[in-house]
Amino acid sequence: MNLHEYQAREILKRHGIPVPDGDVAATPDEVTAIAARLGGRGRVVVKAQVHAGGRGKAGGVKLAATPGEAKAMAQEILGMTIKGLTVHKVLVAPAADIASESYVGIIVDRASQRPVLMVSPAGGIDIEEVAAKTPEKIHRLAIDPRYGLLPHQAQGLAFSLYKDIAQVRAAADIMQKLYAAFTGTGASLAEINPLITTAAGQVLALDAKIVVDDNELDRRPEIAALRDASAEAPSEVQARKAGLTFIKLEGTVGCCVNGAGLAMATMDLVKYYGGEPANFLDIGGSSNPQKVVNALRIITADPNVKAILFNIFGGITRCDDVANGIVQATRQFPLPVPMVIRLTGTNEQEAVQILTQAGFSALTDMDEAVKQAVAKTQGRAA
Amino acid sequence: MSIFINRETRLLVQGITGRDGSFHARQMIGYGTKVVAGVTPGKGDQLFEGVVPVFNTVAEAVQETGANTTVIYVPAAVAAAAIFEAADAGLALLVCITEGIPVLDMTLVMSYVSERGARLIGPNCPGLISPGQSKVGIIPGNICAPGRIGVVSRSGTLTYEIIHQLTGQGYGQSTCVGIGGDPIIGTNFIHCLSAFEADPDTDAIVMIGEIGGTDEQQAAEFVSRAVTKPVIGFIAGQTAPPGRRMGHAGAIISGSSGTAAEKMQALATHGIGVMKRPADVVPLLRERL
Repeated sequence: MNLHEYQAREILKRHGIPVPDGDVAATPDEVTAIAARLGGRGRVVVKAQVHAGGRGKAGGVKLAATPGEAKAMAQEILGMTIKGLTVHKVLVAPAADIASESYVGIIVDRASQRPVLMVSPAGGIDIEEVAAKTPEKIHRLAIDPRYGLLPHQAQGLAFSLYKDIAQVRAAADIMQKLYAAFTGTGASLAEINPLITTAAGQVLALDAKIVVDDNELDRRPEIAALRDASAEAPSEVQARKAGLTFIKLEGTVGCCVNGAGLAMATMDLVKYYGGEPANFLDIGGSSNPQKVVNALRIITADPNVKAILFNIFGGITRCDDVANGIVQATRQFPLPVPMVIRLTGTNEQEAVQILTQAGFSALTDMDEAVKQAVAKTQGRAA
Repeated sequence: MSIFINRETRLLVQGITGRDGSFHARQMIGYGTKVVAGVTPGKGDQLFEGVVPVFNTVAEAVQETGANTTVIYVPAAVAAAAIFEAADAGLALLVCITEGIPVLDMTLVMSYVSERGARLIGPNCPGLISPGQSKVGIIPGNICAPGRIGVVSRSGTLTYEIIHQLTGQGYGQSTCVGIGGDPIIGTNFIHCLSAFEADPDTDAIVMIGEIGGTDEQQAAEFVSRAVTKPVIGFIAGQTAPPGRRMGHAGAIISGSSGTAAEKMQALATHGIGVMKRPADVVPLLRERL
């Protein structure tokens, strides 16, 4: 689960990391008030709060000299879309007086199977380019989770950022507190970019990102409560509530599959046969007909969908449960488009019988089913 | 032969009286796996299905029955604890089916398991099967057939699809291993490729990957260096949309975008036959065998 910048800043602050003042607003008038309070003498920055990278490059981050200007910026930014997501909130903060920009990030590394702390004196929006072109400017350390980030380790890395010992100590302290925030929120990523020094020599976290491991949410209700459903596509929110994984795409073949790998392979095959998938949808491993009913509601709510494709390989999922779900759904609401059903594996025979009695036919071959579904979206026989 | 499990496998089931554990324990027994013990704390005097003794602790179960492998079906909240317990009891192979274990828990689990010299498969995986010999996990036994193809996969049902294609066209399997889709897993592609290379009863290997991470690229590089047997591969997610990725750390650490195109390229560069779709598996194998 992604946290917004303003939420991540709050968490860092709570862990004792120095973060510039600032507040979040949902309306241009709130922005004016915050800007007046913060900006007294100087400029403020208005930043879109969306779960997408590259906000600045998309026009979602703007500088304002006066509260009036901040309001105008807010009017532009609130409601705009960045990578398909609508901006509902902005963060207003004083424009920082920046002497240097560094990068500090912690991520769980698949290769070392540990949290890895990465720092670079070349922080800022081009950090990925720095990493690609001058990897020697990125310093890394795998943290032993049993002991955490040790003081000398943090200080050693801080020396690669600063020469001034007061700044080194401040940065080392920030790194240890960031590690505490990382483990304390159950994060899979916690990042300060940039970590700045001001002309006066202060070290501050100017922008923060935290991504929480979804598997942590059950045991961390206070973090789960930070979820901002308005920042996600409504269909994806609805799917999550129904226990489904759903991602909306732009094509016309509505896909309903069990298992993420098979779901992706099904979408790939739709493309292979000349169609375009309308979605990724994984009904998961359980055998619950109601899940299938919910899945069909979500798929058919998309007006772009011209055909529905089921691809079920029964294992834990029982084909007869899926078949029952299909029959229940079609009794509750009419399907506006044709449907092609492929199922094989656990209780396949029972499923075919259920479907046949309800007037549907079922295929057992994946390629044949995909070909037929694509043909139906193009108004022809396979 | 086979890799990791065979006729000698003496299996313990952690969570044998639970909903999933009991269902799959019956399936495994039905397949012919030697299920010698179960563990559910507090149910230590029961007999599962009237034949398999249930113990309160893993240590007790191992001592009494000589179990050498465990399969874990307990809920996510206690799954890391179950792996710790199994590693402590001296079992050589731990297979964790449970999904939803926090990744930070897994960082601790992995240190513990490797220090005790055990092999963990999973978590969040379908387990493995050596057809005709032993099944540990949830891969449906009826889609498999004994034979000489090794299968290793990050996926669940997609693996079944590939096995189904192989079996249907006369290619049985030595062992099929589902290594799991989580960021931190105990056994990766390279471990399995290396084991299949050493297995005299495996003639060729099918690897099934997906988008994300760089495991497939590293595996491809390993194949060109250390695997003499034919390898073919599939990468799921060719049509997955570019993510709205937050933060930079992922790209910095892997030096890769983890796309299907990048992975397929890496497979091809290192001499692995690249499948465009699951149905390509048998034609590609025929070409290379």
